[in-house]
Amino acid sequence: MTSHRLASGGLIDRATPIGFSFDGRPLTGHAGDTLASALVANGIRLVGRSFKYHRPRGIVSAGPEEPNALVEKGRGPRREPNTRATTIELHPGLDAASQNRWPSLAFDIQAIAQFAAPILGAGFYYKTFMWPAALWERLYEPAIRRAAGLGRLSGAADPDAYEKAHAFCDLLVIGAGPAGLAAALTAGRAGARVILVDQDFRLGGRLLCERVEVDAMPGPVWAGEVEAELKSLSNVRILTRTSAFGLYDGEVGAVERLTDHLPVTPAGEARQRLWTLVPKRILLAAGAIERPIVFGGNDRPGVMLASAMRTYVERYAALPGRQVALFTTTDDGWQTAASFARAGSPLAAIIDARREVPEAVRALAGDVPVFLGARVLDAIGGQSLRAIDIVGDHGRRRLAVDGLAVSGGFNPDLALTTHLGHKPVWSDERAAFIPGDLPANVAVAGAAAGRFTLAAALADGARLGAEAAREAGHTPAETPAFRAGDEPCAVAPLFHVEGGRGKAFVDLQNDVTDSDVALAAREGFVSVEHLKRYTTLGMATDQGRTSSVNGLAILAALTGRTIPETGTTRARPPHVPVAIGALAGLHRGRDFKPTRLTPAHGWAKEQGAIFVESGPWLRAQWFPKAGETDWLQSVTREVEAVRAGVGICDVSTLGKIALSGPDVGTFLDRVYANTFSTLPVGKVRYGLMLREDGFVMDDGTTARLGPDEWVMSTTTANAGKVMQHLAFCHQVLWPELDVQMVSVTEQWAQFAVAGPRSRDLLEALFGPEADVSDAALPYLGCTTLALGPTRARLFRISFSGERAYEIAVPAGYGDALARALMAAGRDLGVTPYGTEALAVMRIEKGHVAGAELNGQTVARDLGLGRMLSKKKDYVGRLMAERAALNEASRPTLVGLKPTVAGVRLRSGAHVLPLGVPPTAEHDQGYVTSTAYSPTLGSWIALALVANGPARHGEEVRIHDPVRSGDVVATIVSPVFVDPEGARLHG
Amino acid sequence: MRIPCPYCGPRDSSEFAYHGDAAPRRPAVGNAAAMADYVYLRANPAGPMEELWYHAQGCRSWLVVTRDTRDHAISNARLAATRSPA
Amino acid sequence: MRYSVVSLLAGALTGNRRWTPAWRDAAPKPAYDVIVIGGGGHGLATAYYLARTHGIANVAVLERGWIGGGNVGRNTTIIRSNYLLPGNIPLYELSLKLWEGLEQDINYNAMVSQRGVLNLYHSDAQRDAYARRGNAMRLHGIDAELLDQGAVRRLYPFLDYDNARFPIQGGLLQRRGGTVRHDAVAWGYARAASDRGVDIVQNCAVTGFLREGGRITGVETTRGTIRAAKVAMAVAGSSSQVADMAGFRLPIESHVLQAFVSEGLKPIIPGVITFGAGHFYISQSDKGGLVFGGDIDGYNSYAQRGNLPVVEDVCEGGMALMPAIGRARMLRSWGGVMDMSMDGSPIIDHAPVEGLYLNTGWCYGGFKAIPGSGYAFAHLIARDEPHPAATALRLDRFALGRVIDEKGQGAQPNLH
Repeated sequence: MTSHRLASGGLIDRATPIGFSFDGRPLTGHAGDTLASALVANGIRLVGRSFKYHRPRGIVSAGPEEPNALVEKGRGPRREPNTRATTIELHPGLDAASQNRWPSLAFDIQAIAQFAAPILGAGFYYKTFMWPAALWERLYEPAIRRAAGLGRLSGAADPDAYEKAHAFCDLLVIGAGPAGLAAALTAGRAGARVILVDQDFRLGGRLLCERVEVDAMPGPVWAGEVEAELKSLSNVRILTRTSAFGLYDGEVGAVERLTDHLPVTPAGEARQRLWTLVPKRILLAAGAIERPIVFGGNDRPGVMLASAMRTYVERYAALPGRQVALFTTTDDGWQTAASFARAGSPLAAIIDARREVPEAVRALAGDVPVFLGARVLDAIGGQSLRAIDIVGDHGRRRLAVDGLAVSGGFNPDLALTTHLGHKPVWSDERAAFIPGDLPANVAVAGAAAGRFTLAAALADGARLGAEAAREAGHTPAETPAFRAGDEPCAVAPLFHVEGGRGKAFVDLQNDVTDSDVALAAREGFVSVEHLKRYTTLGMATDQGRTSSVNGLAILAALTGRTIPETGTTRARPPHVPVAIGALAGLHRGRDFKPTRLTPAHGWAKEQGAIFVESGPWLRAQWFPKAGETDWLQSVTREVEAVRAGVGICDVSTLGKIALSGPDVGTFLDRVYANTFSTLPVGKVRYGLMLREDGFVMDDGTTARLGPDEWVMSTTTANAGKVMQHLAFCHQVLWPELDVQMVSVTEQWAQFAVAGPRSRDLLEALFGPEADVSDAALPYLGCTTLALGPTRARLFRISFSGERAYEIAVPAGYGDALARALMAAGRDLGVTPYGTEALAVMRIEKGHVAGAELNGQTVARDLGLGRMLSKKKDYVGRLMAERAALNEASRPTLVGLKPTVAGVRLRSGAHVLPLGVPPTAEHDQGYVTSTAYSPTLGSWIALALVANGPARHGEEVRIHDPVRSGDVVATIVSPVFVDPEGARLHG
Repeated sequence: MRIPCPYCGPRDSSEFAYHGDAAPRRPAVGNAAAMADYVYLRANPAGPMEELWYHAQGCRSWLVVTRDTRDHAISNARLAATRSPA
Repeated sequence: MRYSVVSLLAGALTGNRRWTPAWRDAAPKPAYDVIVIGGGGHGLATAYYLARTHGIANVAVLERGWIGGGNVGRNTTIIRSNYLLPGNIPLYELSLKLWEGLEQDINYNAMVSQRGVLNLYHSDAQRDAYARRGNAMRLHGIDAELLDQGAVRRLYPFLDYDNARFPIQGGLLQRRGGTVRHDAVAWGYARAASDRGVDIVQNCAVTGFLREGGRITGVETTRGTIRAAKVAMAVAGSSSQVADMAGFRLPIESHVLQAFVSEGLKPIIPGVITFGAGHFYISQSDKGGLVFGGDIDGYNSYAQRGNLPVVEDVCEGGMALMPAIGRARMLRSWGGVMDMSMDGSPIIDHAPVEGLYLNTGWCYGGFKAIPGSGYAFAHLIARDEPHPAATALRLDRFALGRVIDEKGQGAQPNLH
């Protein structure tokens, strides 16, 4: 038996001992323990060091509000910093270590900071470290950073998986204490879809921590019966170990800890699951958190919330001290005295700030020295509490104690109700913020609503559960009446005891004292938001659960205002800190975003293609052949093969939109800058699409395959954007047009077949029955032809400048098409080519692509001004006609050729005149696309240069300081190869 | 935020693309100043606002959603195509 | 009282009782030379530079709530001047230069920390776009380095290089970029402005404008009528409402941008890193929290809060970039209301109404711009001509087509 474990009682499994370690020391606890309760049972007091002064700290609470007992849990890449000992379920092999101390927890060298505390008051860093300026980054800041922070990340990738889930319900009950259980049961019995979440691993809430009865059953037994019944209802889902962390519009975020209580996450399972819960109604039954009292030395290990002490005794059968006093201003504090008495370790003293305490409350304590109208002035001790100084009607005296239970009232856990901007209201009667204005579908029950008795919690739960069920269309049987006591719960507010000698902490974790609050008030930080930001009060990992109200009360007193006049700060999600891994779920590594593969991806892979990310797509970039040592060699071979013979390239990623309806021509006239209504059947036209602000959105071709069958292609990058734009134009601007459209990008596989032998290849592919002659299929013609079991669409269009076609088949035949093209072209030496060769050839031809269609260019900039129709209205026309967008000084498309052969040009370099210093005033444009042109035997580039078209022949400086590039090039026409376009027909 | 799509029912806002205020109407041909206002100027109200959402990952309908920009409360959603043409 | 080590020691010896309010909590006078509406970073900086640079100290800053309660108190604290377009670069560089001497100037340690800002690239096209940007910066005399993957790896070994969906190829580094303790900027400017005679009036909401013959001559407020020769607005998050009171519309939509901080951790991330294949940027505060953010929620909002899908999107980006943060916990999130302009760039200009001056449209670049914006705005107010660094940031650029569109997204504010 461990030193502070009671011989009987508690909800631990005494038959299952569990070995664990803290700071390397092997210890034993039981199943059902938390790390904190196991440490208490082992008599361990000192568990951490504070943030700023590195003061020794002990366990304060028994729940997620814990400010002090933060540990690093686990080792290696699974090390989890800042984990609350009060919420860690004990499991075999649990390896926990204290943090933010060096060299050891007992001897922490940075604790000397507390002797400098007078200069380290609130905001001290704003007033110094300014001289000399250069020392800030080099000296002061590194020292501050090293001292700051709490636990350590491992630095290695998190090895565990996370997942996400959605769920919908009529009623979401947050908190499975008496109110939550009563609500879930009532609504569940009525047939409503209920989700019940609780952060604990066991349902019951305070029923597990108190000696109370419901329906004449001990609390834990009643909770167990309710749990059994809830589990029998198929319309109820129970999520334990789950924290609802945020109320969002229509949705609640929650995180379920699936395997944190296991020694290791089993292979294939997720560590945590992020829930997006979509409830019709929400019942918050999250209870209340006890409020400490601010007095001197109130941070000494051994000073603990009274309800937490009771929890350790009743639920965990662990005794937090042998000589424990109670400092209370509430009736509820006396219940702790009763628990200690029952445990055979009566309190050493009770100090109640109130002068009058009802007899029924006094009876709870038994025969214990009681000091009414008294206060604890100071807690004394170093790494463990030794004594308290009390002051009151009896004068001043010192009591030797090893523990002090503190009860300053309860703060309803209302943070979730404020996430959407609603504010709680202060109740003097309950000395607490209680629900005020609430979101429309949120109700609050029990202690969270400031109704602190068990009977009230049960009644609230039953009533609100029934209401939610009715709201969802169910008829609850008669609302059950749960029988329970109406225990005394009076509170006389006391937030702060002045006059102590020791430091009096308001925010334990961030080391904010009462004098810091006073200093902030003196310096004018009297708005509660200023106080918070200036002192960091309430900004620690406990999110101010135990500190905010006390800070507010002290500020109110200092500024002569009431608490409601002083204000409240708004809670923001997450209500409990949530692992970033859980919020990311499976979206990491290669699964960060979906990968889109073209139908012929497998074929390309067999060909040894090197793939490149193109947005979500993977595209074949080039196809290296044996013996080729670098990409340029392969790409050059592919270009030469196309220009001399025939090549094929997978262009399935291009966006494809099918359009039909009698008004397609009119519609296209309005969305394209050039005219389409005149396009005959069997023809393709290149189109330019503008945004309404006049800048170029996208380009592509639209083919008219039949009188009412049109198919538009878009660039790969803009496929979704153009579809959305067309839908906008149709549905929002011109719903009267009779047009139907649908994206068919996924439905068609498409290959470019390019090169002087491309027609030969098509003849071989389609066979002698098909007519692919120039008469039947001239440049910019289109048709459909039978191909094997399907029909192919054939477009005679060219990006490379060669005679070329694009052939499209239903996606399922994409792989077969690639293989058929290769087979049909074997004798022609057909060469598969990738996106690099595609880019080289389009640059050689001066065709614009993504680098030029960058959203900052107008048609005129791209040399496409002549495409802007003057005969019709279309999206972007008026804005494109603005004078500023038609100035010759705008950077306009040109070609560049280095004056020295072999010199490489790089995209992103800027263009300057020769003989001037490289400054912004001489900046005349930039290089958009570059390639090594096998056709010219030189690097070439496209660029946007001021007055570009008027400057052909001029030498300019290509300035690339970030890559140490500085070369001279000649401005030339952007069409490097075949400017007459003869090869299109060759 | 859940948007009540007339075709698909209430769906998460992440399925939608947003296009802002539905009030500006594309002006008639030839009025460059009115077009600049249409393209660039917004009332940007703090309160209820009719705005355009596109159900990109659903039915691909453009919706006119009435939503309060102060608290995100949605009071109505209808198909944009059903409104009177500009 | 001047802040220094000496004053800290003296304060300590006297029980910290001799400290005085950092700024005077002034009551409004009936008239001023200049009224600045908005006690955020931009408004306070404007008032300070009016007093310091232009000798105009008869100035009131009118704040509806408490100073620094807007976006200066809810951002990811990043400063940088790594912009692409000549219309933007000078202003942000002016700002960065002012940051570099700010603390000595205003005698307030705002923890300006030039830890470096690294924008990662994941494709050849992105590399070239960053090269274009870095070169533009260099032409403006600004530091910029294009790093390859090896150099990035040496700086940040814990990023995901080997298993990434969009592998990191390199990054654009501006070493002079970094972070600043955001709240301190508001307090420091307030204190320095107040010391020079500026009245900082809190809890004073402007409810209307006074006009004489079409000219604005003052404001109506919840604390009475206040006259002024010139009225300047720096009210991000409320610009359209204030403009509406003055009778004009702006090329602005209000959008919410969320930001996040983790629990305190021992130092792991030295500088600022921006993911190039998703919406995520991160730094670590001196207190140890990982401070990170991503994209705006994408719909008009004045709610100062956002929604879960964007939280998830940001964390997905974070885990894709640095899977070592999986077990760090998000502690708090907040939302700021951004003036998203139609081209993604700000406006510092005369308003279309005489006597009124306009400072708006900072999108999510507002924090880093505070000193430069205040400096340039003060110049415009004092001299009635734009500061040389802000000549392109005009209101009429939209109608004229002289937009400054860094991202090339067009008139769609939620895409900038």
